[in-house]
Amino acid sequence: MKYIDEFREGDLARAIAGAIAREAAGSRSYDLMEFCGGHTHAISRYGIADLLPGNVRMIHGPGCPVCVLPIGRIDNAIELAQRPGLILATYADTVRVPASKSMSLLKAKARGADVRMVYSSADALRIAQENPDREVVFFAIGFETTTPPTAVAIRQARALGLTNFSVFCNHVLTPSAITNILESPEVRELGTVPLDGFIGPAHVSTVIGSQPYEFFAEEFGKPVVIAGFEPLDVMQAILMLVRQLNDGRAEVENEFTRAVTRDGNVKAKALIAEVFELRDSFEWRGLGEVPYSALRIRPAFREFDAEARYRIEYRSVPDNKACECGAILRGVKKPTDCKVFGTVCTPENPIGSCMVSSEGACAAHYTYGRFKDVPIVPGEASAAGPSQGARSSPSGGGAAATGASLVAQP
Amino acid sequence: MCLAIPACVVALAADDTAIIDLGGVRKSISTALVDDVQVGDYVVVHVGYALARLDPEQAQRTLELFASAGIVADATAMDRA
Amino acid sequence: MSKVREGYVRPVDFKHGRIDMSHGSGGRAMAQLIDELFLREFDNDWLRAGNDFSSMAMPPGRLVMATDSHVVSPLFFPGGDIGCLAVHGTLNDVAMSGARPLYLAATFVLEEGFPLADLRRIVASMANAAREAGVPIVTGDTKVVERGKGDGVFITTTGVGCVPEGVVIAGDRARPGDAILVSGTLGDHGVAIMSLRENLTFETTIESDTAALHDLVARMIDAVPEIHCLRDPTRGGLATTLNELATQSRCGMMIRENDLPVKPQVAAACEFLGLDPLYVANEGKLVAILPGEHADSLLAAMRAHPLGRDAARIGTVHDDPHGFVQMETAFGGRRNVDWLTGEQLPRIC
Repeated sequence: MKYIDEFREGDLARAIAGAIAREAAGSRSYDLMEFCGGHTHAISRYGIADLLPGNVRMIHGPGCPVCVLPIGRIDNAIELAQRPGLILATYADTVRVPASKSMSLLKAKARGADVRMVYSSADALRIAQENPDREVVFFAIGFETTTPPTAVAIRQARALGLTNFSVFCNHVLTPSAITNILESPEVRELGTVPLDGFIGPAHVSTVIGSQPYEFFAEEFGKPVVIAGFEPLDVMQAILMLVRQLNDGRAEVENEFTRAVTRDGNVKAKALIAEVFELRDSFEWRGLGEVPYSALRIRPAFREFDAEARYRIEYRSVPDNKACECGAILRGVKKPTDCKVFGTVCTPENPIGSCMVSSEGACAAHYTYGRFKDVPIVPGEASAAGPSQGARSSPSGGGAAATGASLVAQP
Repeated sequence: MCLAIPACVVALAADDTAIIDLGGVRKSISTALVDDVQVGDYVVVHVGYALARLDPEQAQRTLELFASAGIVADATAMDRA
Repeated sequence: MSKVREGYVRPVDFKHGRIDMSHGSGGRAMAQLIDELFLREFDNDWLRAGNDFSSMAMPPGRLVMATDSHVVSPLFFPGGDIGCLAVHGTLNDVAMSGARPLYLAATFVLEEGFPLADLRRIVASMANAAREAGVPIVTGDTKVVERGKGDGVFITTTGVGCVPEGVVIAGDRARPGDAILVSGTLGDHGVAIMSLRENLTFETTIESDTAALHDLVARMIDAVPEIHCLRDPTRGGLATTLNELATQSRCGMMIRENDLPVKPQVAAACEFLGLDPLYVANEGKLVAILPGEHADSLLAAMRAHPLGRDAARIGTVHDDPHGFVQMETAFGGRRNVDWLTGEQLPRIC
């Protein structure tokens, strides 16, 4: 597959890994956050952490729109789905997320709610056209990548004169989330951000461009490298961040030049501005209320706004007290620092946002990296170097490391 | 987030739609968000919409950049936004 | 004078007719359906005897039995349908013990309103699959449920077979040092099904790989009697099967991503939907685990068979009390290949 396979070449990966190791040699540490859940997934799926030296740590950020969707909003979606005759169209990512009273959209479906999984907002429109006597609500989630498709659907609904279609809007914004991380309580306590740099999201950036990140570089003095979606892109971006940090630079660089420009997709941005406006505040699961971080449908398109149409009342539902997702999303704790990780909280039974979607930090670590938490079995070829994301006991014996933080053997 | 894939436009159709091909799999998608899409263009596709056109020259430069890792990077090869 | 022909019974209307509650009542309508459809298609002496049981001779050896329910939707898909899937699935489960499948039973739960044209198509497909496999369907049952209480049709098949003495193949027999082989490309069936699912339609020439594997298994055992484990990676894909075997055998596994055979179109479809081919269902493939020194002989035997042309060695079993299945990625890194969480669904993230 063109533009995919070439960006997954193992030999090139090793060459870039060699460069990273050489240029990160030294005593300082490099704590880099990849904001985007897709990057978290790529890092886990390709085992990129294995190719990095021990002092380059990847911290998984809150860029997973499913993970940060508050329980209360899913409760609202379930309530909508349970309205007699209503069809709720949703991306498949949301259906397993546990909400209040042990419910989920999938369970609501099992009990008779008409929940339909769609690949695209265009499919939701089609359902509305094919079922003129039923109310159809599209459960819209996602960052700036997914927002323009919702805008197009709403405008098309108007052009078609549909009266049975509306959107339950949960679109959120990337720059606000990054600001929230950089201004977190830990930062106020420590007086410093425990992060050295960011890998910027790939596809969000095709829409918003590289320009919005300049604020972070200037205001907080942290370098940002926008990386493509493939594992080689991620490795190259890590190398570029290491170089910036070594040089003492804090700039916005673009590794994903084949799809991202400084201005982004102007047409898509205009469409977003036409259909949506900023909410003053929006609750993010694990992060609490974040100002100017989410969108709602403008009054001009009110008839397509499910919140107005159905008078939806939002009720905030707190997370389990043992849940460390907030700290994990901000990069100050690791999945293995959480008392319930891997025991009570697993992908089958997720307690908090980081376990809920396969790209959440905890889910990714559990699914792909859990073997690094236990002593390496003698006789087996050892993994390359100390692992990322969790401290593991080195080969040659030692106590089991699950849940505990042990220092890797020098 | 935002699972998106680069795919080749093999046909244009009515109402801002196109047929794309990825590894022999074809799908109909919307081109409402990208102007002037032509057959032969590669586009980034997310949830059934083209979000951006891929620049083949930049793609090539990026691949060369990977290959040159370990050699002192050519400053002009990196795009400083 | 009556114009009714003597002895005339109006034939079942397979073109336009539908299942109704009378077809399950045990009365004349049911008997007629059985006669004109099931007996006609499956066509053997056991069924023609008309008993509620069938009696067969058993060759020497150990009896093996397996059963499977089939609830696939859509009922008809590229490369097959629920009928042949039901036959192949149970034949394969029996064959994974090293047994030669001998007889099948089939039960149908039909939903009121189900079109008889579809039912005939499914039953004909089953009959064809059974004939090609050389395994008769010797007994069965039919029930009808009210509209809304069934998904068109549910089929359960049960199979019996016979394992010769000395052949011991089971999930707990994998040992450190064993080689792990697969018989062909991964993910074909699951992708073929997804291509039809509502709202996910895309054009593709991928067909389900549904097939009866017992002949391939027989060739494999002839070539290498020392095979330790056989299993077909159906729901949950290869990853689930390997995790099951690792757990049963209490050992670990390491597979290599570069060695996994996947058709380019299947890989592309999985990219589209955010699926991992490791977790996508197969219906005509098997995993074999055997002592490493015989791997090459077994591969040669598999590749000589039409259903094993793309057979490949994908990994090795090693000592690991945790039973982790791990993979060396194409990238050179290492990751867990964990159990599937819930059903694999497409994702946007």
